[in-house]
Amino acid sequence: MSTSRHTIHFTINGKNCEVQAPPMKRLLDVLREDLHLTGTKEGCGEGECGSCSVRMNGELVNSCLVPVLQAEGADVQTVEGLASNGKLHPIQQAFLDCGGAQCGICTPGMLMAAAQLIERNPHPSMAEIREGLAGNLCRCTGFMRIFESVLAAATHAAESVPKKVHHAR
Amino acid sequence: MRGNAEAHELIAPGSLPAVLELLASAPGEWTPIAGGTELMVAFAAGRLGARKLVNLWGIPDLRFIETTADSIVIGACATFLDLRANSGLATELPLITRSASWIGSVANQSRATLGGNLVNGSPAADSSPALLVYDAEIEMVSQRGRRRIPYAEFHTAYKRNAMAADELLYAVHLPRRFAHHRQYLRKVGTRRAMAISKVAMAATALIQDDLVTEIRLAAASLAPFPARLYKTEAALLGQPATIKTIQAAQSALLDEVQPIDDIRSTAEYRRRVAANLIEEFLLEFSAEGAPR
Amino acid sequence: MNTTAKTRIVGASVSRKEGADKLLGRARYVDDMERAGMLYGATVRSTIPRGLIRSIEFDRQIDWSEFTVVTAADIPGENHIQLIVADQPCLADGQVNHCDEAILLLAHTDKHKLREAVDAVRIEYDLLPPVFTIEESERQDQIVWGSDNLLKSFLLEKGNVDSVWESAAHIVEGEYRTGAQEHLYIENNGIIAEWSPESGVTVWGSLQCPYYVHKTLIKIFDLPDEKVRVVQTETGGAFGGKEDYPSTLASHAALLAMKSGHPVKMVYDRMEDLAATTKRHPSRTRHRTALDKDGKLLAMDIDLATDGGAYATLSSTVLSRATLHAPGPYSCPNVRVRAKSWATNTVPYGAFRGFGAPQAIFALERHMDEVATALGIDSVELRRRNFLHDGDTTATEQVMREPVIMDQLLDRALKESDYHAKRARFARENPSSAVKRGLGIAAFYHGSGFTGSGERILNSLAGVDVMPEGKVRVLVSNTEFGQGTNTVLTQIAAESIGIDYEDIIMAAADTGMVPNSGPTVASRTVMVVGRLIERAGLQLVVMLREQAGLGEKFTREEFFAACERLRAAKGEVASLVRYEAPPGIFWDDEKYRGEAYPSYAWSIHVAQVAVDTVTFSPEVEEFWAVQEVGRILNPVLATGQIEGGIAQGIGYALYEKVILQSGHMANNQMTNYIIPTAEDVPPIHVFFEEIPFRYGGYGAKGIGELPHDGPAPAIVNAIKDATGISFHAIPLLPEDLFAGLAAHQQIEEQATL
Repeated sequence: MSTSRHTIHFTINGKNCEVQAPPMKRLLDVLREDLHLTGTKEGCGEGECGSCSVRMNGELVNSCLVPVLQAEGADVQTVEGLASNGKLHPIQQAFLDCGGAQCGICTPGMLMAAAQLIERNPHPSMAEIREGLAGNLCRCTGFMRIFESVLAAATHAAESVPKKVHHAR
Repeated sequence: MRGNAEAHELIAPGSLPAVLELLASAPGEWTPIAGGTELMVAFAAGRLGARKLVNLWGIPDLRFIETTADSIVIGACATFLDLRANSGLATELPLITRSASWIGSVANQSRATLGGNLVNGSPAADSSPALLVYDAEIEMVSQRGRRRIPYAEFHTAYKRNAMAADELLYAVHLPRRFAHHRQYLRKVGTRRAMAISKVAMAATALIQDDLVTEIRLAAASLAPFPARLYKTEAALLGQPATIKTIQAAQSALLDEVQPIDDIRSTAEYRRRVAANLIEEFLLEFSAEGAPR
Repeated sequence: MNTTAKTRIVGASVSRKEGADKLLGRARYVDDMERAGMLYGATVRSTIPRGLIRSIEFDRQIDWSEFTVVTAADIPGENHIQLIVADQPCLADGQVNHCDEAILLLAHTDKHKLREAVDAVRIEYDLLPPVFTIEESERQDQIVWGSDNLLKSFLLEKGNVDSVWESAAHIVEGEYRTGAQEHLYIENNGIIAEWSPESGVTVWGSLQCPYYVHKTLIKIFDLPDEKVRVVQTETGGAFGGKEDYPSTLASHAALLAMKSGHPVKMVYDRMEDLAATTKRHPSRTRHRTALDKDGKLLAMDIDLATDGGAYATLSSTVLSRATLHAPGPYSCPNVRVRAKSWATNTVPYGAFRGFGAPQAIFALERHMDEVATALGIDSVELRRRNFLHDGDTTATEQVMREPVIMDQLLDRALKESDYHAKRARFARENPSSAVKRGLGIAAFYHGSGFTGSGERILNSLAGVDVMPEGKVRVLVSNTEFGQGTNTVLTQIAAESIGIDYEDIIMAAADTGMVPNSGPTVASRTVMVVGRLIERAGLQLVVMLREQAGLGEKFTREEFFAACERLRAAKGEVASLVRYEAPPGIFWDDEKYRGEAYPSYAWSIHVAQVAVDTVTFSPEVEEFWAVQEVGRILNPVLATGQIEGGIAQGIGYALYEKVILQSGHMANNQMTNYIIPTAEDVPPIHVFFEEIPFRYGGYGAKGIGELPHDGPAPAIVNAIKDATGISFHAIPLLPEDLFAGLAAHQQIEEQATL
């Protein structure tokens, strides 16, 4: 038995797109194969490692567990959509500065989880950072540099919000 | 990736009545899918038996949390992040909030639904022990109408439940009368996050004049499905919270539970930890409760 | 060179060379690549641990004409993977020796049809009795490898241990075990292969050692060197797991490519990668130790056994490193290490960060705590009394000619962890708490680079050249898989030449383009290859001064202008240098005596654990690591190496268990093979004491493997401190802790009756 392809519309990193795919095709595979957005990685295929994390309608999701039909009409953001105007997103810059990425394979998913965390909670505690990233397994770093990156980005986010702070400069 | 998307049909009728009509038209033929955190795992592993799936994700009628005078009603497709964000649950039924926070990770909680957790019926289901000790009721819906049963009667055997083939889990009703109960919940997994529970236990109790006047205990991973521990409760009801009572409850518990050895843990470990958890809970209000 | 001279770039935490690509999602891993006309490949594997293949049947439901099918009969050359002993077939031919052994390969344009086809190949076997444990293999009732199941043995002897037993004040014995461990790189193994009659075989893939893969492919295809090209793609973690296995996978993909005439991609999914690829060797180590009345070591008699799995692969070199690390950083006049690696019918065990050292060091450092208890000496004090110092000799009678500062490292570790005050506090608090806390220590070294004569045999060649567009290119076959190869070698090149970090690029790790600077293993890259790049950079500047009029001081523009003058005169601008052994190195491979390693990295780990007696869960609450690894060339990257290794070591100790059922990994999913998450790794405090090593790249020694050696013994020692109970095996899961505590309780109850 086989099913026909459906036409599915959604926005990807702010742009409208249309794909023809079987409705059960995983969003992950649609991103990588149909849209050639290979930044999103597959590490386990069972929602354990978080390498395929993307944002869908403002929520962090594992794209390996989303049948593409459920993305109909959704707003999807991948790692390719983090930087803007050729400038790294603050979380990307912090990972670069603090050594948050080593082999790089968990990095796209980790960045999405970190960006989600900071957006929801601009001043996360260490416990909140640990919880926010617990679904993203990294085998290289032991997480310390990643935590530091998130703290640095959170500080940066706080600084970029206009506040009544005296600048010493 | 071992599943073949082309071998499975997935349709989105878009509304609750349309889904119910589909289920009624061919009872047992369609498998509902919501957040996909179980079914998509099976799909990727090439183990998804269901060939025809019907989408529930995005149906507003199923994703709600409502507070009435005497209960909080949670729609089947409320996600665990929805549960965590609900202040009523956090203040009156905090075990629900806590169990929601233990499900997988943020990316799982954003998609996994309460209804999905219950219908999937894993013996280790994270939300079950809390629901059981809060006297939750399950509301099911079909074209034939609606009905409610106690959650304690929902699971009937390993991965089996009381729903008919044309029924959908509609909502979970939680009575608002536990705010003054002593409450306990602990999940034991091998790691702190992203863990599958090896033992989980929940309890609610009332203590009056040093006697246990009301008690509910429930556990996951100690039987083929999450269940109340009625025999253990019986050993406690009406008793003073003494070391002797605790020991009686522990021995009733060890009689009552039937854990297994599997690749995640051992039966012996599960039994011992379950007994320890009962003790940990009871020591909290035992007069003799000097910690060991 | 003057290793303490001021440097501009070396020693700075410049950001990762390929960092932006990784952060933007632009880095291309093998599964991100396509080739025109590409097919997908899949593997039909053994479902039994040992037997003869009686028949292979193809289900008629499938139209097999659509598929490319490869068996051992299709191999044009030798059906062997070329590691140390050529015993492992590329495809099983007549017999299988472990579950999940590759028997037959399939290719098709459609991944999904491929899956169905794999299931539609039916293989009948005549079963042979399998061997699953070291003990079963030792008994030799079933001979499953060679004439005696023995993959390799070593005997290391110093002095005469047997002369000591009678007169020793104390003799302490113990047996320790370690389990298998999966690398769990987040990127699974993957290869794309192409074949044509003109250019031969080309493979792209996730791998550590392009020239290892090359060595196998030329034999499999019976091709001359230049007809095989191996290119590393961005590699998503390796940890040793992509040292040996890619030779097998590359052969498979290339055989399908040859037979089909199309490029073929083979990327394992997690279940296949876990079930079919190498893991860390399980081990059993027995110690018998003699000490005098003051707690000074008199003799260490060590019997070490590893489970090598079904084929020899790298078991001999893993065993060698285990042998050389078994006596640890202690001075002892009489040492004997008898080491054996045994064959079993499991997936061959292979390279994994530490490479035998974590197994040997777990045993030794656990044993040192047992010795301390037996003698009634504090375990810190026992270690201190026996540490190696400058001028002492190791078990191989290597004289410690470089400074050895174990005392200093220990002092720092005790201070930073507030060890003594904390232990006193835990001793006070534990009796009235359901959570028992404790501290544990491990002291150890890790030899940098290849063992003994290894580096001389490798004879690495590396260097730099200059591109006409004004970039200096680093030419090495060493690979980046997260550790920082690209960044640190670039820093070294920039430093030695005197230009900027941005002026340097890394040549692709492509055997068609770069010389063989050896494999990226054994914590050798920065020390050995870094030194070559340093020399090549200095040599380039000398060439430009002598042959192209470059001044004593120069700007970037003057440098590249001089390069172009040299190019005009000679046609190219390149500087290659070959490995030169440090002077005075002697190594006897027969007697296992002499300079075992060119240098040693030294470390002290302190673990703080909390054992919950309600759930029997041990958790690491905090971790301190103090080390001397030569000079630190990039502090952020170096710290990241230490932290990552410790996290992996924590997993090794407390979480990660490979469950074999009839030789097949039963928990081959991330849900069931548990590694530490962001919530499980404790705060890790990293401290370096720097003593530049004069023969390492800008003073560096090895760093990558060292941090994996210490966590397991430090943690299990801390659990003993917390609970009073000695555990002798890892992984130590809550179930094991429960069983241990229950057994201990029983003994105590019986004693009080």
